Amino acid sequence: MNARTAPSTSAPPSPPEPFGAQLRDVVVRYGSDDDAALDGATLTIRPGTITGLLGRNGAGKTTLAALLAAFRRPTSGTVRVGADGELEDPFENPWSTTHVQLVRESGDVWGDSKAKDTLDYYAALRPHWDADLAARLLDEFEISPRKHPDQMSRGKRSAFGAAIGLASRAPLTIFDEVYLGMDAPSRYAFYDALLADYAEHPRTIVLSSHLIDEVERLFEDVVVIDRGKVLLAEPAEDVRSRGVSLTGPAELVERFVDGREVLARQRLGGTAQVTLFGAFGTDERAAATGAGLEVGSVPVQDLFVHLTRRPGSDREEAR
Amino acid sequence: MFDGPEPIYLQIAQMIRSQVLAGETAEEEQVMSTTELATTFRINPATAAKAFALLVDEGVLYKRRGLGMFVAPGARERLLASHRDSFFAEVLDPALGQADLLGIPTSAIVDHVLGRAHPDQPTTDTPR
Repeated sequence: MNARTAPSTSAPPSPPEPFGAQLRDVVVRYGSDDDAALDGATLTIRPGTITGLLGRNGAGKTTLAALLAAFRRPTSGTVRVGADGELEDPFENPWSTTHVQLVRESGDVWGDSKAKDTLDYYAALRPHWDADLAARLLDEFEISPRKHPDQMSRGKRSAFGAAIGLASRAPLTIFDEVYLGMDAPSRYAFYDALLADYAEHPRTIVLSSHLIDEVERLFEDVVVIDRGKVLLAEPAEDVRSRGVSLTGPAELVERFVDGREVLARQRLGGTAQVTLFGAFGTDERAAATGAGLEVGSVPVQDLFVHLTRRPGSDREEAR
Repeated sequence: MFDGPEPIYLQIAQMIRSQVLAGETAEEEQVMSTTELATTFRINPATAAKAFALLVDEGVLYKRRGLGMFVAPGARERLLASHRDSFFAEVLDPALGQADLLGIPTSAIVDHVLGRAHPDQPTTDTPR
């Protein structure tokens, strides 16, 4: 493992191996009486992927991010982070501390001194820091390195954190709802910068967001957590194929529902559209199309709403 | 873009096939890189790479080391042949099934086909 030998200060370090992560039966409790923030979470983050971390408020996303970045250790269970085949406990582990970058909404910046001071701090901390990329991103987000983050708008401060996260080029970078306060053009500039830099410099990115429609296509894998439990962790493509929508003559549509769970049902005269939970095989798809039905996909957002619905308290239609 | 029911990589592959079929992308012409595809359509680069892998398997694209992806020689002919093969099963049969459902008699369909003008009938690529 050549990456671990200390890089000389003059030559740029060789590209790092992307980090993966594994959680086994992880429980995190903040107080003895409280509900667990994570309650037996088991999941794998594959090295080199952009993984979406989806969950409602309080689902445990931020706790999970803090574990990966070694900001805290679990109450029980194991957390392992590292290059493929070299996973280690990240807690109080200098190796994983310098190679894992967590960007939280607060930005993790020195608020009362120039932005440049924060950049200098990360440049010294992160072995693969790219100062040119940082400068380009600050330019793109119209952030002056002379300004104090405390004096920036919430959106600008978030964008500053996003820029630090990308310029760190850490083998594992976690963006925990980094988009908050960023306007739509800034968010899309961030997604574009993320994709372009990730394609050139493959690494592992974990991105948590509520704006699922906006980001779902960025993901190779998706993790959905709810009330501290992992509901699913699988390729984004598999998530998308968990649902199907059918449109056509009502009586024909109903024939294809065939015992599946109906997420939504709309009817206009003789035409009905149903959204179904449950995969549709090639044969069923062909049969439905052949019968004259329109077969469509279900947005990940709709599946997420269904999976994390609280019986009795939320309405199915609520988004 | 790419809002269909199929996985996104299949929709990307179909887009590139259509461009080759229509002659918009010529043989030996370079196609977008995975990075360009990813940033243009805001999709995961692995999704774009999966579409390319499929098209390389099909002989539509080939990789030039260090340069990128190019349309393979003979790709258009191969696509025309395979699309002709599947035309009846995948395009015409569903349309005829729909006609049955709507109670449109075969004679009306035949009349429509025979009466249809052929303004853009190709002169070189005559169907077999």
